[in-house]
Amino acid sequence: MAPTTPQEPGLSAVPSYEEQQSQARFDALINDDSRVEPRDWMPEPYRKTLTRQVSQHAHSEIIGMQPEANWITRAPSLKRKSILMAKVQDEAGHGLYLYSAAETLGTDRDELNDQLLTGRAKYSSIFNYPARTWADMGAIGWLVDGAAIANQVPLCRASYGPYGRAMVRICKEESFHQRQGFEILLSLSRGTEAQKKMAQEAINRFYEPSLMMFGPPDDQSPNSAQSMAWKIKRFSNDELRQRFVGMIEEQVKVLGMTLPDPDLHFDEEKKQWIHKDLNWDEFMNVIKGNGPANAQRLEHRRKAHREGAWVREAATAYAAKQEQSEVA
Amino acid sequence: MNHEELDASLDSFGDALASATRVTPGNALRPEDIAVAGAKPSDEVAQYALHLGDDALILAQRLSHWISRAPEIEEDIALGNIALDVLGHARSFLTYAGLAWDKTEDDLAYWREEEEFTSLQIVEQPNGHFGVTIMRQLIVSIYQHLLYSRLLESADETIAAICAKAVKEVDYHRDHAIAWTIRLGQGTEESAEKMRHALEILWPYTGEMFQDEELHSELGDVAVLPSSLREAWDAEITSVFAEAGLEIPKSGLAMAHGRAGEHSEHMGYILAEMQVLARKHPGASW
Repeated sequence: MAPTTPQEPGLSAVPSYEEQQSQARFDALINDDSRVEPRDWMPEPYRKTLTRQVSQHAHSEIIGMQPEANWITRAPSLKRKSILMAKVQDEAGHGLYLYSAAETLGTDRDELNDQLLTGRAKYSSIFNYPARTWADMGAIGWLVDGAAIANQVPLCRASYGPYGRAMVRICKEESFHQRQGFEILLSLSRGTEAQKKMAQEAINRFYEPSLMMFGPPDDQSPNSAQSMAWKIKRFSNDELRQRFVGMIEEQVKVLGMTLPDPDLHFDEEKKQWIHKDLNWDEFMNVIKGNGPANAQRLEHRRKAHREGAWVREAATAYAAKQEQSEVA
Repeated sequence: MNHEELDASLDSFGDALASATRVTPGNALRPEDIAVAGAKPSDEVAQYALHLGDDALILAQRLSHWISRAPEIEEDIALGNIALDVLGHARSFLTYAGLAWDKTEDDLAYWREEEEFTSLQIVEQPNGHFGVTIMRQLIVSIYQHLLYSRLLESADETIAAICAKAVKEVDYHRDHAIAWTIRLGQGTEESAEKMRHALEILWPYTGEMFQDEELHSELGDVAVLPSSLREAWDAEITSVFAEAGLEIPKSGLAMAHGRAGEHSEHMGYILAEMQVLARKHPGASW
């Protein structure tokens, strides 16, 4: 096809007629609450934002397997072992759907994986906390997966089709995960003194990090407004955090446990939950890579990748040989 | 028996499969169903179920360690799935065995001592690199597939029912192991060498798999004589090796007697890890 746009690089600052048309079609899709599909034109910043968000989400699923995989071999009953294995396996599945969704935006899985292994990509910082006791399997399911669901249910309506559709399936499974986590805590709460203590300590450890999973307060979240305008994000960080804290405040009563936030209350005038000040310095420090388990999580991933290299090479070599013999 | 013959012989069990899985349609037989059904096995039948359950339990414990460590995410899922299936078989067999002694699956898994475990030594061999795990899977899944297929005709209805579910799943495990053995055997120089090495270190433990015990003769048509599986297993694994470019090693067979509670040095560590939390909280429920 003959070039229809001028080749002078500086001119790209001014959109061509075609680009303006495409932008208008894209804006209309967003305004109509329709879905943007992989072959549709989309502005570069939209593509970039989504690629970052979807791949970070995929990385979080993959890194998030580790704290729970850590307890599979020590699970205290065969039934719990079996449920936990199924759960961690679901997370690997979520990682795969999400990498596939990210690939439709034009970056392949090898590149995304490389970004993770080299530390260029982020993942949910909650997974940089260690899972110290069995009760953490409960707290992670109830609080971490609970916060993830609060975040993710609105993403089922995200404007980018493949992401939204992947999220529908993921949310169904996450909701099962949250319930299994709660059930672990429920069993512990009805158990021995040692089990109750274990459960309460896990709740204490995961409460604050799970509230921070929604991201910084709205007035300090620079990318949120644009994501909301693009209808990738539907509710603000604080709105989602509010919804979540209200929910767990109710649920913790069923456990007969407490949240480590004695002044937590609903302010009738402001119509909002008032929770303790969250330690955003710690949050930023964990994001920077200094959490208790950042180095361990990345090295675990790198080790699996490194030690599996010969297997992937062999599979590629075998596939090439098969192709050759089919041609011959 | 080659693949086709075996598959054909399995088809002839169509009705047996249907009736065996009727307990909970679509979901086959779960340990909970076995506990509820409560058909109490004799001591001998329970001992046999314990053999099968222990093999599955220790293998599942080994396999589950791969989750989050596999060469690619697809394999985290595949090995996780296989581990989950095998753990399911273990739970069913152990639940059934426990009925004879008024014990639960967890009593048997968490509160027995090493010498009370009756698993074959092949399943406790370390995961090693991916090729070692695949080779162990090849050896065990072909064996279990043959065994469970034959046990569809067991005179013990519960064992037949557990195997009816298990055999379908083990069939997939066998496919997975065969495909990887061929892929790695024919992949690169390095992968072929790693598979030869895997075969060499695991082969000695294959002998024990075919040893007949007194229990087997006592049980008559409830059990399958392990020695009667040898020919079919040899034929099948040899045909896979031929395709993968591997040869049966010249090394001998190890003196091993896991069925009598004699285990390799690895077993203590497996149990220590598996049982530690449960034993820290005697009497607790989870």
